[in-house]
Amino acid sequence: MAALTRPFRRRLLRRGRAAAAAGPGERPAPADTAPEQAPIEIAPNDPLLAYFQAAGEAVDIEELELDSPALRELKEAGVKLAVPLVSQGELIGVLNLGPRMSEQEYSSDDRKLLDNLAAQAAPALRVGQLVREQEAEAATRQRFEQELEVARLIQQNFLPKQLPDLPGWQVAAYYRPAREVGGDFYDVIPLPDGRVAFVVGDVTDKGVPAALVMSATRSVLRASATRLVEPGVVLERVNEHLCPDMPAKMFVTCLYGVLDPKTGLLRFANAGHDLPYVKTAEGVIELRARGMPLGLMPGMAYEEKEAVLQPGDSVLLHSDGVVEAHDPEREMFGFPRLKQTMAGVAGGQELIDRVISELEAFTGPGAEQEDDITMVTLERSAGAAMLSPAANGTVLAEFDLASEPGNEREAIARVEAAIAGTGLEQARIERLKTAVAEATMNAMEHGSEYRADRPVSIRVLGSADSVRVQVSDLGGARELPERETPDLEAKLAGRQKPRGWGLFLIEQMVDEARVTGDEGRRTLELVVRLRGGDDGDT
Amino acid sequence: MATRELEVTLQERDGMSVLALHGDVNASAEEALQSAYVEATSGSPRAVVLDFGDVDYINSTGIALIVGLLAQARAREVEVRASGLSDHYREIFEITRLADFMTIEEGDGDA
Repeated sequence: MAALTRPFRRRLLRRGRAAAAAGPGERPAPADTAPEQAPIEIAPNDPLLAYFQAAGEAVDIEELELDSPALRELKEAGVKLAVPLVSQGELIGVLNLGPRMSEQEYSSDDRKLLDNLAAQAAPALRVGQLVREQEAEAATRQRFEQELEVARLIQQNFLPKQLPDLPGWQVAAYYRPAREVGGDFYDVIPLPDGRVAFVVGDVTDKGVPAALVMSATRSVLRASATRLVEPGVVLERVNEHLCPDMPAKMFVTCLYGVLDPKTGLLRFANAGHDLPYVKTAEGVIELRARGMPLGLMPGMAYEEKEAVLQPGDSVLLHSDGVVEAHDPEREMFGFPRLKQTMAGVAGGQELIDRVISELEAFTGPGAEQEDDITMVTLERSAGAAMLSPAANGTVLAEFDLASEPGNEREAIARVEAAIAGTGLEQARIERLKTAVAEATMNAMEHGSEYRADRPVSIRVLGSADSVRVQVSDLGGARELPERETPDLEAKLAGRQKPRGWGLFLIEQMVDEARVTGDEGRRTLELVVRLRGGDDGDT
Repeated sequence: MATRELEVTLQERDGMSVLALHGDVNASAEEALQSAYVEATSGSPRAVVLDFGDVDYINSTGIALIVGLLAQARAREVEVRASGLSDHYREIFEITRLADFMTIEEGDGDA
């Protein structure tokens, strides 16, 4: 403002003494040409402000009577004439003129000239102010973006670069930061004895502070995990480390579990984190263990629990970014939805993909992600237990088939080849072939929706007394097809659909047919005993 | 054991229309089976015979197609017979009770 007013002042007033007054909310202009004059500020509640705003012309300061601190200052500074600069009803500056050098009064021509000047200078000054405001905003924004980038870098640098390859297990992880980076983290730590530690955590707060606390937590966790055995003790130790240096109002929630891949035993402890889910053949349940968040207070104990993951079971560790996502009506995604989603899929990467797509459908297209989203899934491959040869026989064949119509013939050809040496009677082989074809078709159709990327897995096992064929689909949330007992008379009369023979045939063709897993990842196991049984064949 | 698309040839035998089936009786057999059946019944034969002598795969969808044919035939009071069935598929026809609604001709079906 001073830069704009000064040249005019010189030209018009030659030797006049003047001071620039700042409008409300403006920074005082530096008074470099008149160092004895401090800029005068007008407080927002000063009556002079309203007076200047309404004046519409140059104001005689000496003659003005108002109870105004700014007016007193102007008078003390020797200002005779003040020309308000008003743009769109707002006072954005004032030209303050001292006495004329000639010591004559300002003429009406002088005033007219000054009024004209004010009318033209005010909008120009306003434009200048706006440009400056925008530049300042842009600089702030840039600083904010840079800070975000730093937070992102810290966070991503500390996430595992790759996940361990555990035979018989599928491990998958997902991490997507919100725009304003939160404090989510996860870690997978291979332990010296072959066990693996899994961590999902969330630091309160966002940005760089959260990222720094997260990296500290992770380092202490890693150090403790490799030295200590009990998950509860690990969290206890981490809490002791974090407490002294934790910034006020910050804390870390964290789920820490140690898996023995050989036995499926998962021991875990929880520091106030969202409960993980485990999906078993009986349904989806929470894994509960009590404990306070880390970094709040020292001396905390953490309850330790354990669960055994059976073949086909899977676990989901997650952060609150999932359940606390909102739809356009501000309803939360919530735990029940997450639980339901989990019930419908096998686990692993597929579960993560499903949660993400459900979440996107829920929040609506183009919705900005509110918080970091983190998930880690562990899935014990269905049929992994069958590898134990003593109890379950040896694997005669194991293969995947693309879910394409007609591939059930491939399945029966390979099963037939695999059981060639078992001594199974030809009639029983034929029956098993029909059951395998139907089970495979069922898996391809209902489990995999005839999608080529969702293969059907078949495993053939032989033991001293039986042959077993396990047909697993990696399919989605398809319910078991209707198990209506086919009634031929009803079908012929049009009261039942002609179809619906598949499961009926399977049950009739083998000694035992059982479904393991659940409606998500289904394994249909067909058992044919080598001796005895009700043949019915000739 | 690749899939073999069903082909149907039509023959006459003692006043009966014989549908000789060659290939798999599965979902993709529907059109061949249905059009052959329509052609076979156009001359009001004494009976329609499904000859399975050259069939070595029938699945549940194929069973459903046969049920569909049988329903059409019963509506028009046309007798349906089956011949050339292997022991295995004869058993399946018995289990599904198809054998109760069509005459199963004894023969040299099984290979």
